[in-house]
Amino acid sequence: MSEYLNDFASLFDQYDVLGAFWVNIRLTFFAAIGSMLLGSLVALMRISPIASLRLAGTGYVNLFRNTPLTIILVFLVLGVWSQLGINLSEDFARNFFLYAVVGLSLYHAAFVCEAIRSGVNTVPVGQAEAARAIGLSFLPAARLIVFPQALRGAITPLGNTLIALTKNTTVAAAASVTEISALMKTMIEFRPDVIIAVFLTVALGFVLLVVPVGLLTTWASRKLAVKR
Amino acid sequence: MASSTARNVLFDVQGPRARRTTLVLNLVGVLLVAALAWVVLGRLADQGQLTAEKWAPLVTARTWENFLLPGLWQTLRAALLAVVLSIAFGLVFGLGRLSQPAIVRLVSTVVVEFFRAVPVLVMMIFFYLGLGRADLVEPANVPFWAVVLGLMFYNGSVIAELIRSGVHQLPRGQREAGLAIGLTPARSLRLIELPQALTAMLPSLVSQFVVILKDTALGYIITYPELLASGRRLGSGDGNILQTLFVVALVFVLINYLLTLLADRLSRFLSYRTAGRTKPAEGPVAAAAAQD
Amino acid sequence: MRSSKPLGVAAMAAAAALTLTACGGGDSGGEGGGESTAGGSGESVRIGIKYDQPGLGYRDGDEYTGFDVDVAEYVAGELGYSEDQIEWVESPSANRENMLANDQVDMIFATYSITDARKETVDFAGPYFVAGQDLLVREDDSSIQGPEDLEGKNLCSVTGSTSAQKVKDDHPGANLVEQPGYADCLTALESGQVDAVTTDDIILAGLASTDANQGKFKVVGNTFSEERYGVGLPKGSDRCQAVNDAITKMIEEGAWEEAVTENTEGADYEYNRELNPPTPEPCA
Repeated sequence: MSEYLNDFASLFDQYDVLGAFWVNIRLTFFAAIGSMLLGSLVALMRISPIASLRLAGTGYVNLFRNTPLTIILVFLVLGVWSQLGINLSEDFARNFFLYAVVGLSLYHAAFVCEAIRSGVNTVPVGQAEAARAIGLSFLPAARLIVFPQALRGAITPLGNTLIALTKNTTVAAAASVTEISALMKTMIEFRPDVIIAVFLTVALGFVLLVVPVGLLTTWASRKLAVKR
Repeated sequence: MASSTARNVLFDVQGPRARRTTLVLNLVGVLLVAALAWVVLGRLADQGQLTAEKWAPLVTARTWENFLLPGLWQTLRAALLAVVLSIAFGLVFGLGRLSQPAIVRLVSTVVVEFFRAVPVLVMMIFFYLGLGRADLVEPANVPFWAVVLGLMFYNGSVIAELIRSGVHQLPRGQREAGLAIGLTPARSLRLIELPQALTAMLPSLVSQFVVILKDTALGYIITYPELLASGRRLGSGDGNILQTLFVVALVFVLINYLLTLLADRLSRFLSYRTAGRTKPAEGPVAAAAAQD
Repeated sequence: MRSSKPLGVAAMAAAAALTLTACGGGDSGGEGGGESTAGGSGESVRIGIKYDQPGLGYRDGDEYTGFDVDVAEYVAGELGYSEDQIEWVESPSANRENMLANDQVDMIFATYSITDARKETVDFAGPYFVAGQDLLVREDDSSIQGPEDLEGKNLCSVTGSTSAQKVKDDHPGANLVEQPGYADCLTALESGQVDAVTTDDIILAGLASTDANQGKFKVVGNTFSEERYGVGLPKGSDRCQAVNDAITKMIEEGAWEEAVTENTEGADYEYNRELNPPTPEPCA
């Protein structure tokens, strides 16, 4: 047993496990911001007075929600980078990191949008009526009255989106980003002797990342819930 | 779409001036999109990606018979089995979390929370390399089972949560009525609450099918010959991988869109028939479910 | 490793004799044994190949093409199996050892390099080809003559492949993009976003010789590793010698040369003539 543990420990010397996890964390961080901004925008479009914007928003959600993430990433690299020749950064490696962030943001924005929309659904009609009654037009009403309440109502689904995003960063290997799932594959391939330990390490790593997010959102959704 | 919520009261019906402004802006928007499309298509044409020889093979019988349809079949096959197994897994651990003995609840909770936290791809890779070494399944079927098991553990956990929250969301009177007529808590759960919760869950289950179907696409990473992998193989032989992937993406979007529509219909239909909530992708767990 | 000729021949003969006697046992399914006809006796042989590598092992419906496939068919024929007795099995790189160890295939012809580490778990016959890591560039590009010209260039390889790892280790000055497949790399190479694609020369040649790619790329032809493609066999297999004999015969008959040429046509590719055609190593 202790020999097994030694073998296992040697993995950390041989491979940069923590470094790979750090990539996933950074991907999560930037894509969370990206998808939040984009998702809010799309949600705003979907509840806006302008029919064409609503249509565009609906189209966006239906398109990105129904396409496998890995295909989105491949299209970004194969289509946008390799064919259109768009470099997001002078630095070669960072370019692909940014593409992965863009892909993850595009995909999860669709879910952020749906989360916010479900949050909007929790806001009683009276709130909007009141906003209109005091003379606010669409944007101020949405910004000052509806969205702040909707976001509170959307905390749980948003938290779930964040969890999904964290886990989905493992797909970033499709965009030439070396993260933990790619490293795990390499480790298992070259060190089949400790296959279970490798899996458990990676799995526990994600449990450690994901469980706090879950707890935090549960706590926040209770704390920030609008008492009605 | 026609939800009777804040949206409708947030703005007035547009007057003639606003309508004119909107129209102008729409035109500008359309022009901008068209211009962007023009530039992109021009770039792609420069790269020789729009030639007939790259696209024509995609409408031949060989393409569909030898690659895409077999690939689609593999995708559906894995997805269907994963759905069935996920439901079984979900029932066992969902009921486990609702059952009386604390130890059963604890174990079920740990299992469910663990597998909900581990990325599907990580599980697939593990089963792919692990099953191969353990010699547990038939020869060439290792990738298939790795995909199915990876999907089962993750989606099964999500379904377990759906079942739990479905039962919790039933009006409390249902359970009280069950106990009042002399059923034990377990029998009340099984005879009264669960059937209603399951019916109410049906739309969410269909949405979950979308998730499963999308995630089979990860199978290409572990060499499972599903739709994406077949598309890649075809594209590498014919030198038109971009075009092939475009068609593959189209197929995925189409199928998933139809499933999403089905889930919507189901929820509307069922909302008349049960005491539980039947909106898909709403409520904490269902929303989580639909996204990876 | 390399033994002198006469000794090798003696070893071959001895092993051949062993093979023949082993034939009587006829234990596990699919064991044809023997080096001549009728060994198959209606049984089939399961051969592992790649399904997704144009020019080496590629599946298009019921049609299997490529150099690995041609060699496999020839060897199977020598072992007494007709073409319709061959049962093709997909053998992705990561699972080759398992498939042999778990009796999922009888032989593997799938760009399978002979290494000491692998020899611990599987047996090898061959090599039937000596490949080497090489670079594929655009036909009109003469700026890259070998790995030393990679400094500051954009290079593409497949995620997690040994070729990718080697570039990372030995040529840190090159910008490496890792893609899910070589076809993706070729697309990027054609568009000019990468300057070279790297993996074994014959794999590159196979890719560049598909109808759509003919005349667009060239293999640099300056290999910087030595990959001896062997025939993977289950540990303790009695087939090694028979396979080696078949390979030798294939080379002598000219069928080998024909197979290489046919599968790399239009790729502007010359295989390494110093190392090829190879002499199979004596069986252990």
